[in-house]
Amino acid sequence: MDDLLADFLTETNESLAELDVALVTLERTPDDANTLSLIFRMVHTIKGTCGFLGLPRLERVAHAAENVLGKVRDRTLVATPDIISVVLTAIDRIKAIVSGLAMTGNEPAGDDTALIDSLNATAAGHPPAHARPGDAPADLPPATAGAPPHAGTDAVASAPDAAAMEAPDAPSATLATGSAAAAPPAAAPTSAPPPVARPAAPAAAGETPHPVAVEADAAHPAPTAAGAPEMSSGPNTVQTIRVTVDVLEDLMTLVSELVLTRNQLLQLARTQENSGFTVPLQRLSHITSDLQEGVMKTRMQPIGNAWNKLPRIVRDLARDMDKKIELVMLGAETELDRQVLELIKDPLTHMVRNSGDHGLEKPAERRAAGKPETGRITLNAFHEGGHIIIEISDDGRGLPVDRIRAKVLAAGLATEAELASMTDAQITRFIFRAGFSTASVVTAVSGRGVGMDVVKTNIERIGGTVDLKSTPGQGTTFTIKIPLTLAIVSALIVEAGGERFAIPQISVVELVRAQREADRGDGQGSDSVIERINDTPVLRLRDRLLPLVSLNSLLALGAGDAVDSGAYIVVTQVGVNMLGIIVDKVFDTEEIVVKPVAPILRHVTMFSGNTILGDGSVIMILDPNGIARATGVGAGSESRMMGTHPTETIRSGDRTAMLLFKAGGAQKMAVPLGLVARLEDIPRDKIEMSCGAPVTQYRGKLMPLVSMGGGADEAGPRQPLLVFTDRDRSMGLMVDEIIDVVEDRLDIELSGARPGFLGTAVIAGQATDVLDTGYWLMQAWQDWFRFNPQADQADQRRRVLVVEDSDFFRQLLAPTLSAAGYQVSAAASAAEALRMRDAGAMFDAIVSDIEMPEMDGLQFAQAVRSSGPWIDLPMIALTAHAEPRDVEAGRDAGFTDYVVKFQRDALLSSLVQCLSESVSA
Amino acid sequence: MSTEVLERPAATDEEEQVFVTLTVADQLCGVPVLGVRDILGEQSITRIPLAPPEIAGSLNLRGRIVTAIDLRRRLHLAPAPANQKRMSVVAEQGGELYALLVDQVSEVMSLRASEFERNPPTLAPEWAEFSTGIYRLEDRLLVVLDVARLLALSDAA
Repeated sequence: MDDLLADFLTETNESLAELDVALVTLERTPDDANTLSLIFRMVHTIKGTCGFLGLPRLERVAHAAENVLGKVRDRTLVATPDIISVVLTAIDRIKAIVSGLAMTGNEPAGDDTALIDSLNATAAGHPPAHARPGDAPADLPPATAGAPPHAGTDAVASAPDAAAMEAPDAPSATLATGSAAAAPPAAAPTSAPPPVARPAAPAAAGETPHPVAVEADAAHPAPTAAGAPEMSSGPNTVQTIRVTVDVLEDLMTLVSELVLTRNQLLQLARTQENSGFTVPLQRLSHITSDLQEGVMKTRMQPIGNAWNKLPRIVRDLARDMDKKIELVMLGAETELDRQVLELIKDPLTHMVRNSGDHGLEKPAERRAAGKPETGRITLNAFHEGGHIIIEISDDGRGLPVDRIRAKVLAAGLATEAELASMTDAQITRFIFRAGFSTASVVTAVSGRGVGMDVVKTNIERIGGTVDLKSTPGQGTTFTIKIPLTLAIVSALIVEAGGERFAIPQISVVELVRAQREADRGDGQGSDSVIERINDTPVLRLRDRLLPLVSLNSLLALGAGDAVDSGAYIVVTQVGVNMLGIIVDKVFDTEEIVVKPVAPILRHVTMFSGNTILGDGSVIMILDPNGIARATGVGAGSESRMMGTHPTETIRSGDRTAMLLFKAGGAQKMAVPLGLVARLEDIPRDKIEMSCGAPVTQYRGKLMPLVSMGGGADEAGPRQPLLVFTDRDRSMGLMVDEIIDVVEDRLDIELSGARPGFLGTAVIAGQATDVLDTGYWLMQAWQDWFRFNPQADQADQRRRVLVVEDSDFFRQLLAPTLSAAGYQVSAAASAAEALRMRDAGAMFDAIVSDIEMPEMDGLQFAQAVRSSGPWIDLPMIALTAHAEPRDVEAGRDAGFTDYVVKFQRDALLSSLVQCLSESVSA
Repeated sequence: MSTEVLERPAATDEEEQVFVTLTVADQLCGVPVLGVRDILGEQSITRIPLAPPEIAGSLNLRGRIVTAIDLRRRLHLAPAPANQKRMSVVAEQGGELYALLVDQVSEVMSLRASEFERNPPTLAPEWAEFSTGIYRLEDRLLVVLDVARLLALSDAA
């Protein structure tokens, strides 16, 4: 039998057992909304699932029953015993079909028209009183009594067993009910009036009667019932057994205890050399380890297990809906606690269905929107910051905010005034409310408003959260965040102030060994040194300052920072921020089971939990998020992005500060920050027209404004400007929005197709157009580059050779230096430059990058200085590192001066100085 | 004193309660035996930084993490001498285990209700808060500790 079907049967049998109990409860308390929703959801789930499994008979019955329940839930109908009975009949029919299914793997044949008619009549508000035996209401109390044991039986026995038990009982059951007379449960289509059977036989009939079996028999007497006993031991006498998580919990506790005892024994054995216990003890030790591992494994499952039904569901969904859907599953190996997995399985299924049903458009619609015909649903699971994140995203039409708004109003969930003050994002979250569905047509797939409601309830039950992000036309992403508390994580064990702590490995980026400041000057150049700004420790880590926090002082451990030894810095990433935690020692990593801290410690936010290590000691687990919050990191004070791109080997490792902005479209653009003189935000009415071109008065002068969109954008009352300045000239570039300053590596893929842009680079993970500043300067001042008093004075322009491996910097340096009146030649590598030398080219100065592949700037300088015509040329080094040590190295190699990249003025003044020196010399 | 009269009729001579007796700073105390899960000897306790001072740390009891509460601190007594071995009485509340660190755990006693008295009104409030009453033993007095109140730290925090 199909795994999918087997799972369905197991689940459905459980649901059915619960349903019996719940329905009877409902009968007693017809106003209990919780019970009602529970029942409704279970029937909905059954209906939904069998739709996909191709079980039309089941689906029809469940759908009809759901209609009735829907009416009850909407308060259109009152849950009278009559109505409950009708629904119970439907449940019984479902049971009969399910047990048939369990035996043969196919839906038993049968006619449910009468039952469905009566359900529909009930839904339409005509209680089928004529169809009922008049005694029904009077009999209900015994039915109530009879139901729980019945349910219990079903819950305990797996499907085939239940079927096996039921089938032989059938005849006697018929007899028993016959003699009990009060409640004929037979739903046989043959009996004249539309058969409405009562669900559970009266208690008087004892344990024997099983309406399920009776009904099955009535519908198709011989074959299935007779076949049942032989077949029952067959297909799903499964390879798995269901064990409650409690049992596993207990097992794990016991195993932990066993491990501890084992450790003690080993300790003892070590002191007694010649003990005969040694060998068996070793064996015990191994077995214990294996046992521990095994028990741990029983709790953890890859999330892929919850996903393996989805491809089929999506495929069927695509076929039913005439859509093309591709399902992408990422991170299927992410391990989840079994308990969590069970609880998120249904929500996930629901969400994927919703994405396919509501989210994705039909192929024609997609084509019209310029999207590929095949819609994509992406499932992505990963660990992040102590949580497991599951994203379900589609590239469909996004949530219809207007329709949700209308629906919210119609359902009275919020007033118009409240809605008016809400953002679209807030409004879309209404889909998580109970009873909310925007689908105008109720389909077999989804659209009764149970989906998201169920999802949210289930996720919150395990302490998780669910959120959504929807972009009209581009799709919807649901993000489920499940806390760490139930999961196993790998943690780094560290020590500070004599205490050990665990830091979840997931948030640890790297470990750095550093000297405390006190040790400075001992000549150990290899270690980094912790420096202090007014007692705030910081560390220079690859060209940037890493904020540090001492665990010792943060946790008030009391012991002063050990002065004698070096410290370790655990570099952690919290969101986009980096934070270094100073610890005294670093031990191993260990797999730990996170246990929540006692309630009386919950207010200490530094810890995400605690755990017991292999040696039996209790250890607190640090929460990097909590530490970051406590130290103010991430509160906006430190918003610099640290890119996490893998190192690109061929490029020089320089990072450049880039200004990101938007202009004339949604595409992000960037310009090196060093080229921008100022950022201004001027009122729009300060923009004036001069000779048909926009200008503004800026510092007592008229400054030409250039719009990137072609004309002045009339977007808002204020106009952000990027101001470029050269001597006494300024130019304002009008942009729509200044976004951010980021530092990132620049790898331009030169396209050159569009004037005004050098090309496109990946900055902060996004494709970004890089501005060709020269082009825009020319827009403002036609003669920007020609205008140069110095150049005019000299009859011969100074020749400068630029040696730079990065296309981008070369592109940038050339116009900058040209603008300053130099005649610029460029070489893409030191080797190329040396070839130029050997070919007889001559220059007045050389500007060279330091970090270059193959031959770096230092080697290049040495080569130049060793011999040849360039031996006396001034050489200026360009680099991102301008620390004294680097400058020293540069001078030793033969560089005349050292300039930090993109300090344009510094470079120019350095050139002037070097050249005047060389002239005077 | 009228309250004392009310106490007595409920407790006949046959009615006995069983207590685990313990000593903290030379004062004999008792906790109802039914609330006690375990008695532990000296344990290695992991300090919990930033926790309230009454919380001594956490310890491992057969794979379960138990939060240890220093009874001396909780009762506003002088801290124990550094080298003194301490024992723990483990109690459960809300599914969590807590260990009360005491100086010494002694015998289990059955005490007759007739020996029970309410707290004297003059008892210092920090003791009265955690004591449900006093038993008059032959040679000394036994203070009945209210474990639930002792563990109600989170309210204070």
